[in-house]
Amino acid sequence: MGNVSLIDQLKGQKIHDLLEQGKRVDGRSFDEPRQLTIETGVIPKAEGSARVHLGDTEVVTGIKVQLDRPFPDRGDNGIFICTAEILPLAHPDAEPGPPGEDVIELARVVDRGIRETGMVDLTQLVLEKDKTVIGIFADTSIIDHAGNLFDACSYATTAALLSTKIPKWEMQDDVPVKVEGQESDAPITTIPVSITMGRIGEHIIVDPNADEWSCLDARITITTNSDGNICALQKGGKDGFTIEQLVKCGEISVSVGAKIREILKETKGTSQ
Amino acid sequence: MILGGRDTDLVLLDENGIRCDGRKIDEPRKIMIKAGVLKNADGSAYIEFGDNKIVVGVFGPRDVHPKHLANTDTGILRCRYHMSPFSVEERKKPAPSRREIEISKVIKEALKPAVMLEQFPRTVVDIFIEVLQADGGSRCAALAAASVALADAGIPMRDMVSACAAGKVADTIVLDVNNEEDQAGQADMPVGYMPNMEKITLIQLDGVLTPEEYKKCVETAIGGCKLVYEIQKKALTDKYFSNGGNN
Repeated sequence: MGNVSLIDQLKGQKIHDLLEQGKRVDGRSFDEPRQLTIETGVIPKAEGSARVHLGDTEVVTGIKVQLDRPFPDRGDNGIFICTAEILPLAHPDAEPGPPGEDVIELARVVDRGIRETGMVDLTQLVLEKDKTVIGIFADTSIIDHAGNLFDACSYATTAALLSTKIPKWEMQDDVPVKVEGQESDAPITTIPVSITMGRIGEHIIVDPNADEWSCLDARITITTNSDGNICALQKGGKDGFTIEQLVKCGEISVSVGAKIREILKETKGTSQ
Repeated sequence: MILGGRDTDLVLLDENGIRCDGRKIDEPRKIMIKAGVLKNADGSAYIEFGDNKIVVGVFGPRDVHPKHLANTDTGILRCRYHMSPFSVEERKKPAPSRREIEISKVIKEALKPAVMLEQFPRTVVDIFIEVLQADGGSRCAALAAASVALADAGIPMRDMVSACAAGKVADTIVLDVNNEEDQAGQADMPVGYMPNMEKITLIQLDGVLTPEEYKKCVETAIGGCKLVYEIQKKALTDKYFSNGGNN
């Protein structure tokens, strides 16, 4: 990212001054995420989907389920692959083309959260060991970029997975055949929730908005599972954290994560 | 096996608290760092960290190409972490993978707080990391070596960045997870740390930890970083003092 404009510098100063008074630029408390709304089933042609608004950030995840070959070293597991793309319409700085390092990191952090919590039991997605497995492809499109894509994409992917219906295939004469009209829920074991926190000076704020995001000293994304354990973590940004700050971020990710998990559960009444 | 769950049939920790490669739970692998190993680079370092063999070259501060990336307020840092095709069991395609791009980014961000880039506006410091042989914890080894290479290049720094991982193996928090433990263990947490400023500049986690284990894991990794710091300092004193400052 290029040079910081004068307006950005002034904005950053304002944000900093407000934090010193215990306030945030949009009036939230330090550990309060922006309003989260989730709609599932928004793309009927996808096997699962969700549209998420996190404040002004908006993303859509679609899940496609199709047969594939397993990874050579994981022949008894189905496949789960996660991608993200910041669409050119999402931000004036976004350009079409191959993903840059920011987007690659984003998709890998979302993927890691879901993978490391063991959200989807991939052992239940095997048709024929080492040959044919069910693949779950979770692709997220960022439609409006207003800060903290990590959590928005993570919630959208999680909600879409919770709404996913897996078609039924049967092996007939060594060929997999789709059984029409039969489908089941995805094998979900837990609900991962990522919480991204930013540090500005000594202050830790949850879910930074676009203005806050541009003046973060450092950020961290921590994903917890339904048991309140920490399963994945990624630090980023130009500066570091003290160990006390890291421990505090861990605690925030568990407590705030529990609230977000309730919202995710509501999007699908039948989920655990 | 559940997605993300790990195999547990390998004996990772025996009843005497000895790990699969014979180490104790708080013992790092063998680490050797040498500063100033390349002729052309402005600064360089070579590290052997367990079975990792990594060479790092640093160039700069120098002119930025392409020019539009230059920043009039500060210098910029670029970092390329790359694995040689022969560095792993199965040949790795030479083109940078998504994993390598992500690691390049986190290493760059781990070093940025230490490097006084604001003294060199409009310039770039390029860090090239080549993993000749990979073992578990290559990003930590690469970060530790990159830090020594930056110091070797004479670039002003606030602190060294040390690095070491901790993890969870057989329900126990252990220091410096090796490749087998990473594959079969329960969690892996690489950490980069500035020992004098007491700041964590790189932290990632794969695997499940309770909040208590999480705290212990960070503390264990920082303990490892402090060990690595001593080896980093030794690499620099060996080059600049033992041979009368030659080379």
